[in-house]
Amino acid sequence: MKKTGILIEMEKKRVKDTTLGMITLAARADTDLYALVLDGVDDPACEILAQYGITTVVDLGLSSAPEIRLNPAARADAVTQAAQKLQLDVIFGLSSADGKDIIPRVAALLDVPLVMDCLDVDLEKNIARTSQYSGKVLADIQLTGDVVIFGIRPNAVQPVPSPAQAKKIKMASDSAALPGSALLSWDDGDGAQAGLAEADIIIAGGRGLKNSDNFSLIFDCAKKMHAAVGASRVAVDEGWVPYAFQVGQTGEKVSPQVYIACGISGSIQHFAGMKTARMIIAVNKDENAAIMANCDYHVQGDLFEILPELIRQL
Amino acid sequence: MQIYVCVKHVPDSAANIHILDGIRIDEKVAFLLNPYDEHAVTEAAALKKKVQDSEIIAVCLGKPDAQKTIRSAMAMGADRGILVETDEACDSMTTARALHAAIVQDGSADIIFTGKESIDSEGMQTQFRIGALFSFPVVTNAASLDISSETAVVTCELSGGRTRSFELALPCVVGAGRGLNTPGYPTFPDVVKARKKPIKTVSMDSLSITPAAGFAKTVSLTPLVQKRHPKKITGTPADQAKEIIRILRQEAKVLA
Repeated sequence: MKKTGILIEMEKKRVKDTTLGMITLAARADTDLYALVLDGVDDPACEILAQYGITTVVDLGLSSAPEIRLNPAARADAVTQAAQKLQLDVIFGLSSADGKDIIPRVAALLDVPLVMDCLDVDLEKNIARTSQYSGKVLADIQLTGDVVIFGIRPNAVQPVPSPAQAKKIKMASDSAALPGSALLSWDDGDGAQAGLAEADIIIAGGRGLKNSDNFSLIFDCAKKMHAAVGASRVAVDEGWVPYAFQVGQTGEKVSPQVYIACGISGSIQHFAGMKTARMIIAVNKDENAAIMANCDYHVQGDLFEILPELIRQL
Repeated sequence: MQIYVCVKHVPDSAANIHILDGIRIDEKVAFLLNPYDEHAVTEAAALKKKVQDSEIIAVCLGKPDAQKTIRSAMAMGADRGILVETDEACDSMTTARALHAAIVQDGSADIIFTGKESIDSEGMQTQFRIGALFSFPVVTNAASLDISSETAVVTCELSGGRTRSFELALPCVVGAGRGLNTPGYPTFPDVVKARKKPIKTVSMDSLSITPAAGFAKTVSLTPLVQKRHPKKITGTPADQAKEIIRILRQEAKVLA
């Protein structure tokens, strides 16, 4: 039977829901599913992985020293070694912020083909579906090779349990020195923004917010509904919020359950980053803004009246 | 320093994309220098100002028309260009091999810049493959760069305001992100000067590339049109807020 390795992303020792969705996608094919875990795995996490169809949990035993553990080159090296030792046929990882700096490294080290940001994968034919040209085109890309790699867009697939029995193995990598790449320092911010690509709800602000101070309305609202905060290009170019908040062509590409766009006109480039959201709610003063014609609900009105009401009622 | 910048000729992000025969796009649209590569060229130009006797070489794989993108890179500071000519649509494994071979044939790289991704195929991987072919360290989404004699200190952005700072041995590959700098519009004299700079054209065949064992092949393209049917939420701001919360709870089921 073919072997599929899945790069597991955890948060506070819990397997991320987006990771479980990726396992569900991999479990559609009749393959042995290996969970590749870099940050240690306890029994409850193993049980969760088994519930979703993992048959072997591989603890890669990466050093707990942060300058190793947080170095994408070290992480990719450990995954690459495991892929070779286990003779994996397919590798899955999330096309998340961390994944974008790890999965392509693995593909480059193994010199095998990769499609990032997959919305779906047909594992019988190794055809991945992804968006191209600023989200204007859906491309089906077929990979051929001894090993093929797919980076899966977070939230592309909803997790569905598919219970299996999982055994746990340890597999220490030869922690060869990383030639030429040393992690000097790291800043994990306040953690509030970490999950933009993976959030269920995103509330985003644009030109209509007018300045940096007014963005607090978006942040307050986000806090009340446990949403992540996004922004349009104008808002980051104006310096109202950092680049990390940008959704769009040149920002993060997101697929949340609900995307609430406040004071965002909805340019092609912005849509490139959020058009795969399941539901789009637009709040805008301008009835003729592009986004009002391409959303699920639109609220024509003053966001400086509507957002405070939302905060009050939540 | 020999500074190489890998650039790509891509359709304007605002262009309407039409698909022909379900497999390729109609190329009768405006093409330009990939936006992330503008940051790469801008950083190369800033580096050249700091390090005496530096030369910036823009390297591009594409059709003859891609010369225009090399000219744009020249207007922004590249001294000369190399166009590896091909009519084929190349996957990232072949692209990286072609760019690697063209650089090796041309000289000895002290640093290689790329954009963090291209806005057409959005593959996000060529920088890593170039790095692997050279055995150079690679970083992506660079937001700041500081070069000393033998090392580069680079800060990279992850999403969520998270950053990582690395010290890389030179030569290295740096995938430029938007936070790295602000590309300026070239002045008219810069554009005129760029017309006189040399572009070397190399055929793909002359590079004698050994193909990879595997490959990626596009099997179909379809327009991504999503017809949503907007419903209007009316009433006072309080009514509208109430209705939004009801939708989040009952329809989207994302709020408890």
